[in-house]
Amino acid sequence: MIDFISADEATLDGLTRKDTRSGFGQGLLEVGQAHDNVVALCADLTGSLKMNAFKDAFPERFKQAGIAEANMIGVAAGLTIGGIIPFTGTFANFSTGRVYDQIRQSVAYSEKNVKICASHCGLTLGEDGATHQILEDVGMMKMLPNMTVIHTCDYEQTRNATHAVAAHHGPVYFRFGRPKVPMITEADTPFVIGKARRVMTGSDVTIVTNGHLVWNSILAARQLAAEGISVDLLDMHTIKPLDNAALLESVGRTHCVVSAEEHQRNGGLGESVAACLAQHQPTPQRFVAVEDQFGESGTPAQLLEKYGLGPAAIVDACKAAIAVKQGMMAS
Amino acid sequence: MSESTHNLSDLCTQVRRDIVRMVHGASSGHPGGSLGCTDFLVKLYFDEMQIDPQNWDMDGRGEDLFFLSNGHISPVWYSVLSRRGYFDVAELATFRKLNSRLQGHPATEEGLPGIRVASGSLGQGLSVACGAAQAKKLHGEDRWVYTLHGDGELQEGQIWEAALYAAHHQIDNLISFVDWNGQQIDGTVEDVMNLGDLEGKWRSFGWHVLQCDGHDLSALDAAFKAARAAAGQGKPVVVLMKTDMGRGVDFMEGTHKWHGVAPNDGQLSDALHQLATPLSDY
Repeated sequence: MIDFISADEATLDGLTRKDTRSGFGQGLLEVGQAHDNVVALCADLTGSLKMNAFKDAFPERFKQAGIAEANMIGVAAGLTIGGIIPFTGTFANFSTGRVYDQIRQSVAYSEKNVKICASHCGLTLGEDGATHQILEDVGMMKMLPNMTVIHTCDYEQTRNATHAVAAHHGPVYFRFGRPKVPMITEADTPFVIGKARRVMTGSDVTIVTNGHLVWNSILAARQLAAEGISVDLLDMHTIKPLDNAALLESVGRTHCVVSAEEHQRNGGLGESVAACLAQHQPTPQRFVAVEDQFGESGTPAQLLEKYGLGPAAIVDACKAAIAVKQGMMAS
Repeated sequence: MSESTHNLSDLCTQVRRDIVRMVHGASSGHPGGSLGCTDFLVKLYFDEMQIDPQNWDMDGRGEDLFFLSNGHISPVWYSVLSRRGYFDVAELATFRKLNSRLQGHPATEEGLPGIRVASGSLGQGLSVACGAAQAKKLHGEDRWVYTLHGDGELQEGQIWEAALYAAHHQIDNLISFVDWNGQQIDGTVEDVMNLGDLEGKWRSFGWHVLQCDGHDLSALDAAFKAARAAAGQGKPVVVLMKTDMGRGVDFMEGTHKWHGVAPNDGQLSDALHQLATPLSDY
């Protein structure tokens, strides 16, 4: 089965590919044009975060922080005092693990309107290896009270989400990535924080996913459809607050679920899904996620395959979840 | 001594009484650094900053701002804030108790007027102040941002990230004070992790450096004037303020042992006997 990285455009239904970080860069430029109180900070990765357009358009409102991420988070917290909306930019690893205590005390506990924008998340960072491939960031951020956590799937969704993040009052962790991925959503596809986007409607199994694995889940759903299995597919771009209503509505029809994410199973989207279901509607679940391991160097496609995040793994997980459901119904 | 300085002196004594009574009442807290920074904070809030306590809001537009980076000396800050009119002095009795706005370390979550960011985990306040000072510049406000840091706190790496940032971005509406008492929890700063040539360090990071006696109100007055005169010229300003930990209570003075220990009943009585004041307790 072909994944989104190695597929040519013909096999992607003619969809062009763009990186989510470029969607952020465009979105940041647009919110900068719309709101003169938006300020951007970057820790020496302006090109990687695609923040150059904002920097060139608004040099007075761009603050270079150098390779000093802890200070950057604190400066952002201070900028909010007086009504500025700061967007910080660096890799996901340096946006979270490196600065956890700064985010915890100066941003989340202090209820500061800081937007922590994190590129190069997960395994698809690729060849740089495990030092940079953070797979724990969603868990760290969702544990913080007051924090909203968003992970987008394509260029337009990331661009639209940037507008939503700017309009939302409160700290946000905004996660996106490096590789070029198919453009699944349109420029006018609605993006509402905390509201899942239904990608497909089906009745046999629910897939709850986000980020780069939305495309892999679409491919998996097509394969399953060819085998007569109908998938209800939710793009859960907001991990916190989780759209419990959409999840419960879907599993109310399918009675089994697969979560698929480019993150550790511990602390990830699937864990949030499991917590919701355990409390409200116990449901058989299978997890497509990294299983308590660090990543390694390789191409994004190789890494997704090796760590069990490819379309085939999602297909297998769906069949396993359905088998558990059928076993429960038979007994 | 001028009349106003004389009144400030009485206020300092009252604040010191508040500190030891609050820490005694909570059976916990940090009296040493609080007593050592009393004169500075009284001078700052009653004689230096342009503020409007009755109409406090988070944004503080058009006002001077202060950030306490060494949040553990919350008793002195709470006392000064209440006596300056940010909230009722009676609330000092709730320090560190359940459901209080006066958390062990300063916090915004309970909405206590005067506090704009949480502090306690050390080393973060200078970065926040840099951002707040840059916001004032972006808004075209001609106002000052002040900070206070412990000398032990300067062992945190983030302080030096912020020091680089402030100089690089020419944040010259920022005036930082260091509580240079030479003490930290485990002993003297020199023994625990020597800061070496502190003046030289700040200067080499691009700051304008001043020194003053942190207990002499006249010296503090001169230091504030000198700091503001030196600021506004492209460089942030730091004032290394010589203080004694535990100042004003003889058995607490000059030792790290009263960094984070509450006095017992007898020690409280002894301390209050040394801090006679014409003002009134909460």
